[in-house]
Amino acid sequence: MNTAILIATVLICLLSLAALLIWLERRLLGIWQDRLGPNRVGFLGLGQVVADMIKIFTKEDWIPPFADKGIFILAPTIVVIAMLMAFAVVPFAPDTSISNLNIGLLFFLAMSSLAAYSVMLGGYASNNKYALLGSLRAAAQTVSYEVFMGLSLMGVVLLTGSFNMSDIVLAQKEHGWFVFSQFVGFIVFLVAGIAESHRLPFDLPEAEHEIVAGFHTEYSGMKFGLFFIGEYLGVALISAVITTLFFGGWLGPEFMPPLFWFCLKTFIFICFFVLLRAAVPRPRYDQLMMFGWKVMLPISLLNLLITAALTLARAS
Amino acid sequence: MTVLLFYVAAAVAIVATLLTITRTNIAHALLYLVVSLLSIAVIFYMIGAPLAGALEVIVYAGAIMVLFVFVIMMLNAGKPTEDQERAWLANTSWRGPALLCAILLAEMLTLLSGGIGGHVSTHVSAKEVGILLYGPYLLAVELASMLLLAGLIGAYHLGREDNVEERPKS
Repeated sequence: MNTAILIATVLICLLSLAALLIWLERRLLGIWQDRLGPNRVGFLGLGQVVADMIKIFTKEDWIPPFADKGIFILAPTIVVIAMLMAFAVVPFAPDTSISNLNIGLLFFLAMSSLAAYSVMLGGYASNNKYALLGSLRAAAQTVSYEVFMGLSLMGVVLLTGSFNMSDIVLAQKEHGWFVFSQFVGFIVFLVAGIAESHRLPFDLPEAEHEIVAGFHTEYSGMKFGLFFIGEYLGVALISAVITTLFFGGWLGPEFMPPLFWFCLKTFIFICFFVLLRAAVPRPRYDQLMMFGWKVMLPISLLNLLITAALTLARAS
Repeated sequence: MTVLLFYVAAAVAIVATLLTITRTNIAHALLYLVVSLLSIAVIFYMIGAPLAGALEVIVYAGAIMVLFVFVIMMLNAGKPTEDQERAWLANTSWRGPALLCAILLAEMLTLLSGGIGGHVSTHVSAKEVGILLYGPYLLAVELASMLLLAGLIGAYHLGREDNVEERPKS
C-alpha cells in the first residue's frame, strides 16, 4: 500500500516538475541572457505553465497522411514511460525508493537505452527527410554515448561493490562523495548524460539551424508535448542519478530532512543543465562523434582500469 | 502470482516472435522483436537471473536492435520491399523451418514430461556471474575480446579515408 502511495506521489511530482521546468528554463535562460523571460502571467510568471499546458492540450494534433500511423503515435510515449520507469530505482531518502532493486543501476541504464527508440521511431515514422536525418543522428549519438555512460559508472560500482542505488549512497557515508574519488567518471557521465537526453550543446538530432526541427518536425499538439516532457524528465533523471551516484544522494547535515538534500542537489544540477544551454555552442556532428570515441571512451576505460587496480591493491 | 506473470510474459514473447516472422514491414517486424526480447528479459528476472535480464535489455534491446533499426532507416525500405517480403513468405518456404521447429517442440515436450530441468529457484547474482566468467570461462572471454578487437580493426580499416587532402580540414 505504501508503495502505491509513493508511486502516485512520485508520478504527480515528476509530471508537474516537468511542466514547471519549461518555465524555469525560460526564466533562467532569460536571466543569463540579460532579459526577463516570461514574467507576465501570475506570480513571477508561474501562470505561464498553466497557459502553456492549455495551449498544448487544445492544439490540433495532426498525423501526416504519409506517416506510419501506429509507430508515429507510439514513439512519443516510449520516452516518457522509460524515463518515469527509471525513477523507480532512484532512492529519494533512506528506505524511500519505489523499488530497491539489486540491479538498480543496470535498470537505469536499460531504461535510458530504451528511451532512444522514441526519437528514432518518431523520426522514422514521420517519413520526412529532416526527421529521418535527425533520428539517424540520434541513433548514432545515443548508441555511442551509452557505451561510456555505462563504463563511467563502473568505477562507482567497483568502490561500492553493488549495483544497488541505496548501497551506493550508503557507501558514500564512509568513502566520502564519489565525485572526489571518481572525478573523471563524474565528468564522463555528465557529458554522456547530456548527450543521452539530447540537450544543448548535444541536441544535434533536432538542430534547428540545419534540419528544421529534426526528429519531431512532423509532430504537433500533445504528441510534441510528450517529447518535450520526456526531455525534461530526462534532465531531471540524469540530475537525480548524478546526485545519487556522485554527490551523496540524500546524505547531508542533520538539520534538514534527507529528502531536502536530495531535492536541493538535484535542483542545482537541473539549473546546471540550463546554464549549459545558455553558455555552450553546438559542436558539429562529426566533432561530436569524434569527441565521444576518441576522447571520452579512452578516458573512461583508463579510469576503470586505474580504479580496479587501486581497489585490488587496497584489498591485498 | 509468479506463475501467472510467467505465462503472460511467455505468451507475449511467443506472439511477438510469431509477428516478427510474419510482418512484411521490416520496421514493424523489428519492433515486435524488441517486444519479444523485453518479455524474455522479464522471464529472466522471474527465474532468478536479474543480471541476465538487465543485460538482455541493455545489450540486445538497447544496443543491437537500435543498430538494426538504424540500418533499416538507412535502407529507406518502401512498398517494393514489402511486396518482396510478401512473396518470400509464400507457403512453400514455410515447410522446412516448420518441420525443424516441430522436431524441437517434440524434443522439448519429451524433456519437460521427463521432469529434466524444470523450475530452478536459485538467485544468480552479478558477482557470481563475474567470478565464473573470469575464472573457469576466462578463455571464452579472451576469445570473445579478440574477436571484438578484430571486428574493431576491420571496421576502422574499412572506414578509413585514403585521400584526406580532398576533404576540407576539420
